[in-house]
Amino acid sequence: MSEAKTIESNLDPGSASYRHVIPAGEPWIYEIRRGQYFRIVDLHGNQAVDTLFYNLHDYADRYSAQDTIRSQANLYLTTGTRLISTAGTVLLTIVADTCGRHDTLGGACANESNMVRYAIEKRHMHACRSSFLKAVLEWDHGMTKRDIANNINFFMNVPVTPEGKLTFEDGISEAGRYVEMRAETDVLALISNCPQLNNPCNAYNPTPVEVLLWDAVIWDAPVKDAPEN
Amino acid sequence: MNHPSILWEETVWPGASWSHVLKRGTALRIADIEGGANVGALFYNFECPVERYNMPDTLKAQHTARLTKGVVLYSDMGRILCSVVEDTVGWHDPIGGCSNGALVKLKYGEARYQEHRNESYKNGRDSFLVEMSKWGLGPRDLTSNVNFFSRVDVTADGAMSYHAGNSARGSYVELRAEMNVLTILNTCQHPLDPNPEYAPKPVLLSVRHAASVEPDDPCRLSRPENGRGFTLTERYFL
Repeated sequence: MSEAKTIESNLDPGSASYRHVIPAGEPWIYEIRRGQYFRIVDLHGNQAVDTLFYNLHDYADRYSAQDTIRSQANLYLTTGTRLISTAGTVLLTIVADTCGRHDTLGGACANESNMVRYAIEKRHMHACRSSFLKAVLEWDHGMTKRDIANNINFFMNVPVTPEGKLTFEDGISEAGRYVEMRAETDVLALISNCPQLNNPCNAYNPTPVEVLLWDAVIWDAPVKDAPEN
Repeated sequence: MNHPSILWEETVWPGASWSHVLKRGTALRIADIEGGANVGALFYNFECPVERYNMPDTLKAQHTARLTKGVVLYSDMGRILCSVVEDTVGWHDPIGGCSNGALVKLKYGEARYQEHRNESYKNGRDSFLVEMSKWGLGPRDLTSNVNFFSRVDVTADGAMSYHAGNSARGSYVELRAEMNVLTILNTCQHPLDPNPEYAPKPVLLSVRHAASVEPDDPCRLSRPENGRGFTLTERYFL
């Protein structure tokens, strides 16, 4: 693997308009407005942050892992990556990243996938997709399991080899590393701060993460996915 | 067509769509008639379509980012929708996704039905949505698709590129249904195919009786995870 590039932000946490710590294993759902900057901080290191985004005005238009990686012809998300929806809308752009790269192939853990991956007796263990469902049910805007698409795993390291093998490696994140995005349109963010205890995605010890928002700093024209890029 | 297990055969034309509820105990063989085909595919549990093919669960349960014989396709509910029981290609793409209207227009220009009749240009996303709509499914049901016969190479940096010449004329892949699987297909070109020409290819489908899944089935034994996946799938029908 080549050295991951890291880009720092010049935004001061002291000037953020919103700050919230998501405890380990808990979901978070929040509206982010176009032009706002959105940062996720891996407070203690090696914590997978399972994340979905939706067009705030049409939840059926939502983050698409395949369209995002196909558009940039690269599997890994980092500074410059445009997070693209199923309808080709650029939802957010990653503008800073002190981790270096993030996964979008590994999906979210579920009670059922844990039964397959580890043991049928592990059905009871808390899992991200239950957190996602709890959050959208409490959000009470008509969202259901149909809306739980393939997600981003911020701070998670899931390399694919040239031979087509997929592996879960120890995280490349550390305490205090962050990823920062600019919302290119109004979005709904949905996070499950991953409770997985069966693999190294959280270093076998899920920990809290912090989310921060800054109000619009720079306004650009609305962005559509330009396939030629 | 004289093979005793074949129920019927059907050609899917270039750029066309197809859907069918593949019954548990049957198999779908897809043959690349000319070579260089791409078949975009989505799979749902027919009885409860909110249970659907899940790309991440399929990849991480089997530690693979390539689909071939011995690999199974998982739903998001820990069950196996179908198993890849035959494959003469060796690599089918689960990550590249599908084209959309903007991408097809940019790459190939426009070709309307009025001038081009059934050679008018189609794209993967709209083709999926139209075929899904026939079964009551919509944009909220769209998920990551498989691309049979195509391969995307990935470097250590994550750079993705289309692997030309992956599927030869006459290649085939066979999917055994482990549930009653609503199967949505189209033959639109792969979104990363660099061919500047709009040139989708036809495939020949044959729906067959499948042999029962024995304890030593290669798909069941290929990973310990798959043994549990088959157990959970069998429990669904008890």
